[in-house]
Amino acid sequence: MVESEDTAIEELGTEDVQRDIKSMVRKLSDNEWDIPQGHIPNMRVPGRLFVSENLLGGIEPGTIDQIANVATLPGIQKYSMAMPDAHLGYGFAIGGVAAFDAEEGIISPGGVGFDINCGVRLIRTNLQKEDVVPHIKRLTDELFNNVPAGVGSKSRFKASDKELDSAFLEGAKWAVDAGYGVEADVVHCEGSGYLEGADTSHVSTKARNRGKPQLGTLGSGNHFLEIQYVDEIYDQEAASTFGLEKGQVTVMVHCGSRGAGHQICTDHLKELSQAVKKYGIEIPDKQLACAPAQSREAQNYFKAMLCAANYAWANRQMITHWTRESFEKVFGRDADDMGMSLLYDVAHNVAKLEEHNIDGRKKEVYVHRKGATRAFPPGHPEVPSAYRDVGQPVLIPGSMGTPSFILCGAEGAMDVSFGSACHGAGRIMSRAHAKREFHGQSVKENLEAHGITVRATHPSVIAEEAPGVYKSSSEVVNVVHELGIARKVARVIPLGVTKG
Amino acid sequence: MPSQGKKYEYLEHTADIKFLAYGNTLEEVFENAALAMFNVIIDTGKVSGETTREVFLTSPDPESLLVDWLSELLYLFEVDEIIFWKFQVEEVSEEAGEYSIKALASGEKYYPESHPFETEIKAVTYNQLELEKTASGWKAQVVVDI
Repeated sequence: MVESEDTAIEELGTEDVQRDIKSMVRKLSDNEWDIPQGHIPNMRVPGRLFVSENLLGGIEPGTIDQIANVATLPGIQKYSMAMPDAHLGYGFAIGGVAAFDAEEGIISPGGVGFDINCGVRLIRTNLQKEDVVPHIKRLTDELFNNVPAGVGSKSRFKASDKELDSAFLEGAKWAVDAGYGVEADVVHCEGSGYLEGADTSHVSTKARNRGKPQLGTLGSGNHFLEIQYVDEIYDQEAASTFGLEKGQVTVMVHCGSRGAGHQICTDHLKELSQAVKKYGIEIPDKQLACAPAQSREAQNYFKAMLCAANYAWANRQMITHWTRESFEKVFGRDADDMGMSLLYDVAHNVAKLEEHNIDGRKKEVYVHRKGATRAFPPGHPEVPSAYRDVGQPVLIPGSMGTPSFILCGAEGAMDVSFGSACHGAGRIMSRAHAKREFHGQSVKENLEAHGITVRATHPSVIAEEAPGVYKSSSEVVNVVHELGIARKVARVIPLGVTKG
Repeated sequence: MPSQGKKYEYLEHTADIKFLAYGNTLEEVFENAALAMFNVIIDTGKVSGETTREVFLTSPDPESLLVDWLSELLYLFEVDEIIFWKFQVEEVSEEAGEYSIKALASGEKYYPESHPFETEIKAVTYNQLELEKTASGWKAQVVVDI
């Protein structure tokens, strides 16, 4: 606690506006900007921002500071990076990617975020846009009723302690074993729908209590369940491999680990805040709390984080099952008959132990992706065999009412970004501002005039998530495409959206 | 006096929600921070009820105590399904380098169908966290992740 004049805090808000973003970075190429090591004291490596000149104008100076702050953490490799959808986060910027030496480096919950394994999955169908449009209102209503969404919503499934443990340990695999899906679903998830090494003894009773009633819920905010159609194919060969064609209907699920993940992060952040002092790590922002990667504190967090990641995969798997049931009810056909198979499922808030080539030698690193998607290239053993020739599917959700993109991981990703790409559109307007600017009902009517049906628990959710509050997702994916870290495969346009 | 008699005010933040809470005493600033947080979730003016929970927490420093207090209320909101609107912080005290809070939070049982929720809060962050004694009382700055 410090004593100061009343004005001290107010000045923070205006300071950012006065700082010129271009004076903080150095252009390396059309889509690469260097944040020099002198930006703040004690940077161990430079920062690297992947944006176009146009998108750079929308980056907040505070985001640059956050990228630089991460560069001060022990054991960081190459650069502290941020993707083109970067915006101000807490601790790490959203869109941040950082890899830390598995022996000499650190693990930080701030590099993952509260919504552990927030992620995206895409379900294919063999239905065409024309088959679905006449039924879109009913189908959207059915999804809205079958998949609980919104603040305080409870799952239709009442998990026992044993079932919760299984979700923490086995993720989507548990859900499929419990009848929520088919074997092929887990093959088409990042990490086969669960990560090994999870240990429930590091998950608090509080996290369990929050997790139990929410297993099988969508949540709120920018999370959504969306019926879409493919309107553009950029890469015919990759699209065929992914089973996508023009006019085809797809369903996208965007959500995470709910209260279980939020609580796990909160609990371990508290512990790691103390570990920072114990291990004498200097951090420029309290939200960057961390501990040496092999310390008890860091490993306890990591094992608990894996539980939350697995929970999120189980969650999206259950939602997939209810999505299939909703289609079955509306169309009176079997989900198999409608070709409702999982294309892929990606995590965009997670830390993983991976092997990367750094300065000519293989090295184990903890890659933190906070609002960034893994984008492994063709031939990588972790890419499912069906997609290995073209690369891992990279799913980039748009905001409500705007296109989403399907990309594939490209060779450049391993050299440039530790096998990572962007994760979404990136917010440019605060929720409060959005509510002043937009009115939920008129946004809804405007979307409906464009053929997009929206169901949400409350009109303010629609105002907060209006299309105008995000960066253009097409501009964001163009950057990763041009950088050669992920290639554009297809674009999908929303038909029906449900939100919390 | 708190700034223009305000209990709290919201500041601009692109992705999350940032607020300032004021109080004549440390106890009051904790109460008003809780009120500011619950007003993100719902208009607490529309909430009543006297379902009460006791909160007793200990943290290594006052700022962490503020985060812990708000996190505890979020937990109770979600698990006990109570939307809180009234906070009585009896005491924030320091003993042997540890800071404690003893408080009561009251509200009503919620029903997602009938309560007009605004925004879900995922968690309370340490980002830009400040707790200061000013010339006129106390002020806290908190960013919550939504």
